[in-house]
Amino acid sequence: MTDTIAEHASHDLTAGTPLVAMSGVGKTYGAIRALEGVDLTVRAGEVTCVLGDNGAGKSTLIKIMSGLHPHSEGTLTVDGGEVRFGSPRESLDRGIATVYQDLAVVSLMEVWRNFFLGSELRRGNFPLAPLDIGKMREIADAELKKMGIHVKDINQPIGTLSGGQRQCVAIARAVYFGARVLILDEPTAALGVKQSGVVLKYTAAARDAGLGVVFITHNPHHAYMVGDHFIILKLGRRVLDRTRAEVSLEELTAEMAGGQELAELSHELQR
Amino acid sequence: MSTPVATQSPPTPSSPDGPVRVERSLGARVLGRPEIGAFAAAVVIFVFFFVIAPPFRTPEALSTILYSASTIGIVALGVALLMIGGEFDLSSGVAVTTSALASAMLSYQLSLNVWVGVIVSLVISLAIGALNGWLLVKTKLPSFLITLSTFFVLQGVNLGVTKLVTGTVATTNINQLDGFASARTIFAGDIPLGFMTLKASVIWWLVFVAVATWILLRTRTGNWIFAVGGNQDSARAVGVPVAKVKIGLFMGVAFMAWFLGQHLLMNFSTVQAGLGVGNELIYIVAAVVGGALLTGGFGSAIGAAIGAFIFGMTTQGIVYAGWDPNWFKTFLGVMLLLAVLVNLYIKNSASKRK
Repeated sequence: MTDTIAEHASHDLTAGTPLVAMSGVGKTYGAIRALEGVDLTVRAGEVTCVLGDNGAGKSTLIKIMSGLHPHSEGTLTVDGGEVRFGSPRESLDRGIATVYQDLAVVSLMEVWRNFFLGSELRRGNFPLAPLDIGKMREIADAELKKMGIHVKDINQPIGTLSGGQRQCVAIARAVYFGARVLILDEPTAALGVKQSGVVLKYTAAARDAGLGVVFITHNPHHAYMVGDHFIILKLGRRVLDRTRAEVSLEELTAEMAGGQELAELSHELQR
Repeated sequence: MSTPVATQSPPTPSSPDGPVRVERSLGARVLGRPEIGAFAAAVVIFVFFFVIAPPFRTPEALSTILYSASTIGIVALGVALLMIGGEFDLSSGVAVTTSALASAMLSYQLSLNVWVGVIVSLVISLAIGALNGWLLVKTKLPSFLITLSTFFVLQGVNLGVTKLVTGTVATTNINQLDGFASARTIFAGDIPLGFMTLKASVIWWLVFVAVATWILLRTRTGNWIFAVGGNQDSARAVGVPVAKVKIGLFMGVAFMAWFLGQHLLMNFSTVQAGLGVGNELIYIVAAVVGGALLTGGFGSAIGAAIGAFIFGMTTQGIVYAGWDPNWFKTFLGVMLLLAVLVNLYIKNSASKRK
């Protein structure tokens, strides 16, 4: 599995190289301030976990990195150069691939069509050139099989796969198309224990292959299993920023559960 | 982690290294096709009229049915593609009339070659389609509202401009103009096949269906149409140019409306300005009966053709059977309801975990 990812990952990746860096990044939607002064560095071969409750600004953060919404303050640098993405295509072209929790795939389309969506193989470069369907089926099939994702039929609609399998297809797709930075948006949120385990394994495999992984979650247990660096957001601000060596699972869980506020609440509720 | 995860695949003797997959049975794959419901309905209706209406059995009747189907099917095809892309067009019925009026009045009033009118009318039609698409993409309003506005605007313009220019609600006969004969041959000529005579529109319709099917299933554009209709946000996130696809689909409907408009003009050499109102719904019903989902992401060009064929058979079949043609609308309603139920069932079984 690791071999498959390593095969496609860019060879210029050296563990520890900063790939994406955010400095003082903020975003306002009209009068609403969704994100404020966030510093974050995504390094090759590391998993950066972004934790936070609902409405903490996690989605806004990844939307800025993946090009869905441009940031309104601060700087975003990719490979040392400052950028401001206007569309997801621009972000993809810089090797940043995002796997969304709910909008990862088009459920009525076949598995292989989903795998190649937006990057279809064609027999020629003119408008309306025919698709190379045979080759796309073959590649999608081989890639999924190599990664141990067992689908019954490559031609079945992807909606017939389980949630975990769909996430894995989306991850496999991102890696196959040469992603250098992989953003995973709540990949385990809707999954059972076993399926979460499979997704976490692929996350670790992507990290070992040298990709920079951004893992968005509200589950500190899942984060701690794969993470190298932890950032907690609360109401659009960064409230914790530590490496794995500096934080324990207990601290992370307590901070996520509400930290000081929770302690006060439990004191108030004591009889 | 360096060895592949064991997956307990069943062995295949033919290709031990090749991917091991279970093919769905032929029955399951056929039942998953969008046009299967329409096809079954078409067979039943054909047999029904064949049995009860003797005039229905002649080759001439088949030619009439195909012609009737083509006048619905040409625009229904564009509408079906648009619906697969997740949008509606309520202005397609009057847009047909707009294209015919523009072409007729331009060539007559300026005494030009008919072909000049045909080309300018194409530009106007495509511009209307592009405007529909552009408004949709810019305002993010539902296509229902945007094209409803276009529908009313065009309906008014059709009547108003025609009255201003000709003083009546119909265009002047253009069959004496230069280029009319050649334009008529192309858009509305008769093609003798020996045992029956086909209208050129039928041939064009079949060509368009073949091209649309190829675009949908064999090109990147087709992939994008399905993706945009199935899940717009996913499509955008993987780099599909959603806005371009949608505008293109509206222009596709406009192209089909232009073609039918030119056909009607060349066939009758004059156009009534009030024509076309209500047809937009028949196009939508033909697309839905043919398996297009109202919510987008599913459907086929062949399905829309079968849907149009069902309506061609029924409009003519009712006449051949000697019934009151007013029953056609009732039939339309019943077919729509049945089609929506069948589509719902197919969609649910296609997206269910197996």
